[in-house]
Amino acid sequence: MEPSLARYIWTHTKKQQVWILIIVLLSMIPYFMSFDLPKLIVNGPIQGRGFEQPGATRPFMRLHYNLPFIGDVQFFSGFQLDRKETLFALSLVFLLLVIINGLFKLYINTYKGRLGERMLRRIRFDLVDLVLRFPPRYFKRVKSAEVATMVKDEVEPLGGFIGDAFLQPVLLGGQALTAMLFIMVQNAWLGMIAVVIVVIQIVLIPRMRRRLIVLGRRRQLTARALSGRVGEIVDGIGAVHIHDTSNYERADIAARLGLIFKIRFDLYQWKFMVKFLNNILAQVTPFLFYMIGGYLVIEGRLDVGQLVAVISAYKDLPGPMKELIDWDQDRQDVQVKYQQVVEQFTVEGVIAPRIEALTIEDPPPMTGPLSAISLSMADDGGAMLLDRISLQINPGETVALVSTATGGAEALAEAFARLDWPDSGRVASGADDLLEIPEAVTGRRMSYASSDVFLFQASLRDNLLYGLKHAPLTSVTYDGTAADQRRWDIEEARRSGNPDIDIQSDWIDYASAGATGPHDLFEVVRRVLDAVVLSRDILDLGLRSSADLTRHKGFAGRIVELRATLRTRLEREGLSGLVVPFEPGAYNKEATIGQNLLFGAAAGPELADRALAANPYFASVLRQAGLDRTLYEMGMEIAEQAIELFADLPPDHQFFQQLAFMSAEEIPAYETLLQRLKNRPYEAVSEADRAMIVTLSFAYIEPRHRFGLLSDELMSKIVAARNLFYENLPPELQNAVERYDPAKYIAAATVMDNVLFGRVGNNHPDAPDRIRSIVYDILDELGLYSELLDVGLDFNVGSGGRRLTSGQRQKLDVARALLKRPDFLILNRPLSALDQRVQDKVLRNVIEEARRDGRSPAIVCVVTNPAMATMFDRVVVFDSGRLAEDGTHETLLAGNGVFKELLS
Amino acid sequence: MLLKDEVGMLQRVPLFSGIEPTKLKLLAFTSDRVSYGAGQILFRQGDEGDAAYVILSGRADILVDSDSGPIKVAEMVPNSIVGEIAILCNSSRTATVRAASPLEVLRIRKDHFLRLMKEYPEMTIEVLRVLADRLSHTTADLIDARSAK
Repeated sequence: MEPSLARYIWTHTKKQQVWILIIVLLSMIPYFMSFDLPKLIVNGPIQGRGFEQPGATRPFMRLHYNLPFIGDVQFFSGFQLDRKETLFALSLVFLLLVIINGLFKLYINTYKGRLGERMLRRIRFDLVDLVLRFPPRYFKRVKSAEVATMVKDEVEPLGGFIGDAFLQPVLLGGQALTAMLFIMVQNAWLGMIAVVIVVIQIVLIPRMRRRLIVLGRRRQLTARALSGRVGEIVDGIGAVHIHDTSNYERADIAARLGLIFKIRFDLYQWKFMVKFLNNILAQVTPFLFYMIGGYLVIEGRLDVGQLVAVISAYKDLPGPMKELIDWDQDRQDVQVKYQQVVEQFTVEGVIAPRIEALTIEDPPPMTGPLSAISLSMADDGGAMLLDRISLQINPGETVALVSTATGGAEALAEAFARLDWPDSGRVASGADDLLEIPEAVTGRRMSYASSDVFLFQASLRDNLLYGLKHAPLTSVTYDGTAADQRRWDIEEARRSGNPDIDIQSDWIDYASAGATGPHDLFEVVRRVLDAVVLSRDILDLGLRSSADLTRHKGFAGRIVELRATLRTRLEREGLSGLVVPFEPGAYNKEATIGQNLLFGAAAGPELADRALAANPYFASVLRQAGLDRTLYEMGMEIAEQAIELFADLPPDHQFFQQLAFMSAEEIPAYETLLQRLKNRPYEAVSEADRAMIVTLSFAYIEPRHRFGLLSDELMSKIVAARNLFYENLPPELQNAVERYDPAKYIAAATVMDNVLFGRVGNNHPDAPDRIRSIVYDILDELGLYSELLDVGLDFNVGSGGRRLTSGQRQKLDVARALLKRPDFLILNRPLSALDQRVQDKVLRNVIEEARRDGRSPAIVCVVTNPAMATMFDRVVVFDSGRLAEDGTHETLLAGNGVFKELLS
Repeated sequence: MLLKDEVGMLQRVPLFSGIEPTKLKLLAFTSDRVSYGAGQILFRQGDEGDAAYVILSGRADILVDSDSGPIKVAEMVPNSIVGEIAILCNSSRTATVRAASPLEVLRIRKDHFLRLMKEYPEMTIEVLRVLADRLSHTTADLIDARSAK
């Protein structure tokens, strides 16, 4: 990037800078006219100059110019107006000028602001563009949060400065120079004094500011390091808790903040010191004028008129000078920030733009062999990982890379994946250096999966298909306001030097996955997920999540069908006791009292959990049904029992998981509440206290808690209350609850709850597992398996994929690599989080899946266990960064080398 | 059967007979009520033991594997406990338990039981007393058996 900020700004905005300068100069005309006008109004119509005779008139808007050679030429003789008319006319002109000046100001500020924002957008994009092109090693040394701060915060002040970058010095410099010239004209000596002081200011102040620059740079670096550390704490929060180092982190952060404070405070002190000095110097000049000028007047060497003129002219000098110096300060500030950022972003060996150029059409397959030629790789510390390795992988070959602890096979895999660059030698595809081939080829024809997986915070589907999003493949047509918006987007993007590639386009390269479009992509996805044994996990996620019905149209209806099928199936297998279905006219003993009352899924906060008992409408229904008192007494009973059972347990005791009614923290509150309410008649208990107690009864399940609180009479009353509740449901609660209806899908509930439409009995130990396997069977029979898998794919994997287990993440990474159908599939200890048996199984599936439809990609796999090498045509053994052995599994086993040793 | 009835049942189990009723209530509350149909297996010989079972109603057979297939060695009736050794030490099941009729049991989880013992030392002492009692009986039986030889 351009190291000088001024040049960077000038290169990209020279036309706009010139334009705004012209506008500003133009705006000076009405500005100065409005200065002159008050004098005209006061002297003319108000004081009556020129209107001495009653009825006298003066011309208004007379246009006449004194042209050379021709003399006075009159273009317009003007209107003849009397005194009052002139007053009104001149005042109106004044108003007009005020408006014109305001409009100029508005235009100039908007223009400058937009100019700044465009530049800011350009700089930010340029920086991110550079990040995308940095050589891999750079990322080993830099913290992500620091880069993010640079792009986001550190360049931010540039936006404000850019509009003024050239305008301000020209304008203020011009003003200062005019004032100076005027003084010089009045009196050369006094002028010299002013010049000397200004020169001192110009020389001294920037010198003093050098320290400000140094401090500014330190401030920026420490602040950046702080954000890096905060980022690290967030990423490594697990390690902090495990090792009880939170106070170490606190100390570190406090120390950093202390340092930042010190620097900032220094900065303030120095800044105001400079300001003070600057002000003093500015005031010294009039002091000298009074003293020396006065002395000269007394001596008779200068006349009073001249001195007064000089002093009044000097009034116009400090203003612009001060602003100019402020501008200079801003400039230096911004320049430091810019330089700091640019320094960080100036890296040797940035990837050339052509390597990453947007390529829409599919590249031809990679038919040449992949080879390492005298390849050496070293780690960041300079230790050799690979030492002059030469190796060739032919298309279609499957190769296991077996490595001793210091073998270096991973480094080779990373070199093939271009994740690390050779120190010497090269990697090549056919005759071409691999690093010179566009990513459009390597990124589509090769794929790579490793144990170190990064997932984006998005759905499973987005992460899985991420590897197919190389280029926008469709051009989206927009109409109406969307079209205008799109046009605006394109235009603005171009003005800021951003690309106008449409993110809304369909980026998924269906063809490379072996599909023709969105409709048959899913089949491929499913096969790949089956191959890495991830489908079951995703199905489970699907069952546990609530399906997005806008995406999965028709799914709801099928699930409702499924309920009946499940019911008959359970009956056939004699398992109907496992699930107690929800029936509108019956009490469900395996569900809580709250669920039986509401008989629906809360779709909003109004009726969810604890809010239910406190809801006024719900309370009124309970009263009508004659349940309020019963449930209150029941709640009191439960509170007593729970406190008797749990009161003397420590709050973190695992038994509290069994206590569904209240949390450990609530026990003391309920204890005092119980004391207070014990002998009080029901009528005297406040609404809020009632709700507190009644809410306890809502969590009660008789077969599970076995307090013996449920009678047949109570159950029928609850069913009656349920109907009452829905009969008069007020409109504001219509959307807060979805009533259970055997013929309807409940959008607010999970898929599993919708399938079961009931509760699994508490007294069957293996019921959940048995039911789940039956549910999967039925889903498959009804052809809903894929649909459910699709629901599961909506699952958001969380930041860095942390909502998945590491095994699931690794499987997903392999699936993503497979989906691309590459010519070369590079696997680098891909499934290390899984146990050996599962690794073998998945790897076998992966090889089979990669060869589906008669494809024969080359597969290079760094195996975690030498025994896995049997699955490959060829085995290459690495030891201490050297290629130790190369052959088939049989030949290596027959030899007496490293491989045999590793196997034993 | 309600929680308080279960507490009554537990009190009749020798291992728990000396423990305060309130603690037994907590034990019962944190345990699961589980039903089995006739022929269902509670646990198998060789499984890792993770819970003890108190029979509340119904009958269960205790089976031991032999070369000629499983042999029934005992029958459990209400108020008896099975698998209690497994919740005190890390041993695998020495026999298979199968429901002989519809069976209701209280499943006492090992970790819950151990937590209770940790929380209430007086309960631990009671359990120890029962175990020591058993041991002295076993020792006496052994001496009898030796001297009868």
